[in-house]
Amino acid sequence: MIVENRRKEVYSMNYLIILLLISGLFFFTGGSIGILRLPDFYTRLHPAGKLDTAGQFFTMSAIALFVLQDFSLANFLTATKIVLIVIFVYITSPTATHAIVDAGVRAGLKPWTKEGQI
Amino acid sequence: MDSVFYYSGFYLSLIMLLPLYRAIFGPTVLDRLIGVNAIGSKTTVLLILVGVIYGRVDMFVDIALAYALLNFIAVLAASRYFQKKRGLYEKKPSD
Repeated sequence: MIVENRRKEVYSMNYLIILLLISGLFFFTGGSIGILRLPDFYTRLHPAGKLDTAGQFFTMSAIALFVLQDFSLANFLTATKIVLIVIFVYITSPTATHAIVDAGVRAGLKPWTKEGQI
Repeated sequence: MDSVFYYSGFYLSLIMLLPLYRAIFGPTVLDRLIGVNAIGSKTTVLLILVGVIYGRVDMFVDIALAYALLNFIAVLAASRYFQKKRGLYEKKPSD
């Protein structure tokens, strides 16, 4: 009985992992299409900065849950490292985006308008 | 469960082709930088997926961490280099 309950728990955890993975891939798809199709350099930074970070959060949390399924000290350390990568990305991705915007402003790139003039 | 990770890794490497277009044909240098940054952030996830498929996540996590750090340093250094340069954007024929 206990073994059956445990197996059911593992199966529902698998559903959660697949859901997180698919939502992360959805965010990655949206970010890539946005980088490809938006008209301007400044507007292209919007999907590149936001959706990649969100996709990384969902996908990494799915993999961390998958690693934590059979619990041991080594697997716990691996999941902690994955969480640390996510925290690192959440600090560095806005910093990189801000650096690129700063380079564009100082180099004199004009923002895009609908009529092609400011 | 392994096939889920296999197909999602395959899909992720297909998705990488869209920023690769921006990285090759981007009109300005900073557009190429955005494409390279997007490819690098997807590669970090793909490395851990490859680690799950191989069954060696503990090794591939370190590689992914180093790759994320390298990506950040590369984007920061390139943007600091290009902000000193004028004429970053392409010149119009009327100029």
